[in-house]
Amino acid sequence: MLSEAERTEIESQIEHARTRSSGVIEALRVVQKHRGWISDEAVREIAEFLGMTSDEVDSVATFYNRIFRKPVGKHVIHVCDSISCWVMGSESVKQLLARKLAVSDGGTSADGMFTLLPVDCLGACHKAPVMLIDGELYEELSDERIEKILNEIRAKE
Amino acid sequence: METPLTRNIRPDSEPFGLKEYEKVDGYRALKKAIADYKPEEITNLVKDSTLMGRGGAGFLTGLKWSFVPMGPDAPHPKYFVVNADEMEPGTFKDRILMEGDPNQLIEGIVICSYAVQADIAYIFLRADYDLAERRLAKAISEAYAAGYLGKNILGSGYSLELYIHTSAGRYICGEETALLNSLEGKRAIPRAKPPFPQLSGLFGLPTVVDNVETVCNVPHIVANGVQWYKALSKTDIGGTKIYGVSGRVKKPGWWELPMGTPMRELLEVHAGGMLPGYTFRGALPGGASTDFMVSQHLDTPLDFASVPKVGSRMGTGTMIVLDDKRCPVAFVLNLLTFFAHESCGWCTPCREGLPWTARIVRAIERGEGEEGDLAILEEQTRGLAPGRTFCALAPGAVEPLQSGLKYFREDFERHIREKRCPWRE
Repeated sequence: MLSEAERTEIESQIEHARTRSSGVIEALRVVQKHRGWISDEAVREIAEFLGMTSDEVDSVATFYNRIFRKPVGKHVIHVCDSISCWVMGSESVKQLLARKLAVSDGGTSADGMFTLLPVDCLGACHKAPVMLIDGELYEELSDERIEKILNEIRAKE
Repeated sequence: METPLTRNIRPDSEPFGLKEYEKVDGYRALKKAIADYKPEEITNLVKDSTLMGRGGAGFLTGLKWSFVPMGPDAPHPKYFVVNADEMEPGTFKDRILMEGDPNQLIEGIVICSYAVQADIAYIFLRADYDLAERRLAKAISEAYAAGYLGKNILGSGYSLELYIHTSAGRYICGEETALLNSLEGKRAIPRAKPPFPQLSGLFGLPTVVDNVETVCNVPHIVANGVQWYKALSKTDIGGTKIYGVSGRVKKPGWWELPMGTPMRELLEVHAGGMLPGYTFRGALPGGASTDFMVSQHLDTPLDFASVPKVGSRMGTGTMIVLDDKRCPVAFVLNLLTFFAHESCGWCTPCREGLPWTARIVRAIERGEGEEGDLAILEEQTRGLAPGRTFCALAPGAVEPLQSGLKYFREDFERHIREKRCPWRE
């Protein structure tokens, strides 16, 4: 069952929607915010809540890049690997992160803290290379800066 | 030089709240629009201004609006949707506008919606623009409180509800009909046109979709008039343009400049030229899906009419520079990998053709290219050309490839001949 909080939040976001099913992306985002990812169970629960079939919900859930159908770490590191960041050295950013966290692309660190996810252009190309963690954009990345950012996030735990 | 779109933007500080925005004549254009103009008159004004869509396609905005059914028999609700799904690699202009002056976008939305008599407006915001989302949400709630949104706006009898839809992320959502499917809670797959969205759009009802920068132009056209607006530009097409430069230049950034500013001025004056030790080899003038321009094109004015004359497109007006320390084959590979990943999978040529093309370019980049590969790639650029696929994604994807094969042919051939990438140690 969706939690009380999840249901309230979804309702408030879709109350103006023309049909309940048109709010499925909002529902997926809300549930992912609460649970970190979208399990098969979550797909079924959302389907029931919006009056859709599980397959209909899953066809949407699997289409969009920012809906996770597998568990992810506590913090997802979205590292941009599109063209402007690539020109400015995103490969070494990715390599450093992979080494520090001992993961490959899409992998989660052993402590469950970080998932490393290369993503499409984050729209900050004049500040490349960039990455996004927990909604915070980090620009003009260097090796030292990346280490500092990771340490700061760890220290907050 | 006037910079109407970015005049209130102070990088690295909070944007104007409603009160500050009103102090610099904010919402004056909306008041004027509602007091002095009938909806169709706004559409005509925008048509006369020659405002062209700033999302990349460059269609006349007022003309697009003129296809919306008007009058007492028009179906309702009608929708106005702002395409804020800025995902074209190399593009960062709409972010600047939304984070820097959210009130301007809201005012633009209300005027545009009034012109087509929309009842409901959406901002289709890309995933990951968290700061823009927070700032827009604040501006919207302030606008409701002040009577610029909601029922009976400024006592005019006109009502509009405005919502933000935050995407779950997919490049194809930028295609307007795919965007509409996404807003309906479906996979973002493009629709066949016709019918065009102005007649049958969101939920089958009349809908206009316009880019953020386009919408931000409209209050200034209403406030200052057509003559003023046309005079902002160096060309026949009116207004300013937000240009950007990324890559190994001295001062990567964005600038609001007259439409038709030459590429050389953008690169050498505003972006400060190349970083020491780097040489300019070429650039994509308007995002990842535009053809390369090279040194011989530097004096081209960057506008919707001039750029196509040298074989490329204005696109989003945000330029990505390729320097001599980066491999052009790997540069093209990065783009193709992106597009192959972002193909929505709906039509076969795009779903199968882009990964195939990317695989060949990857092989060449790794030194595993074969005789005849370039001929296959050229065939692919023709097979994925406009008219061969369901939407514009694949044709855009092969633009840098086709021009890369033309301008950097020797680099492609050398990879195959020497069975290695000369840029790798």
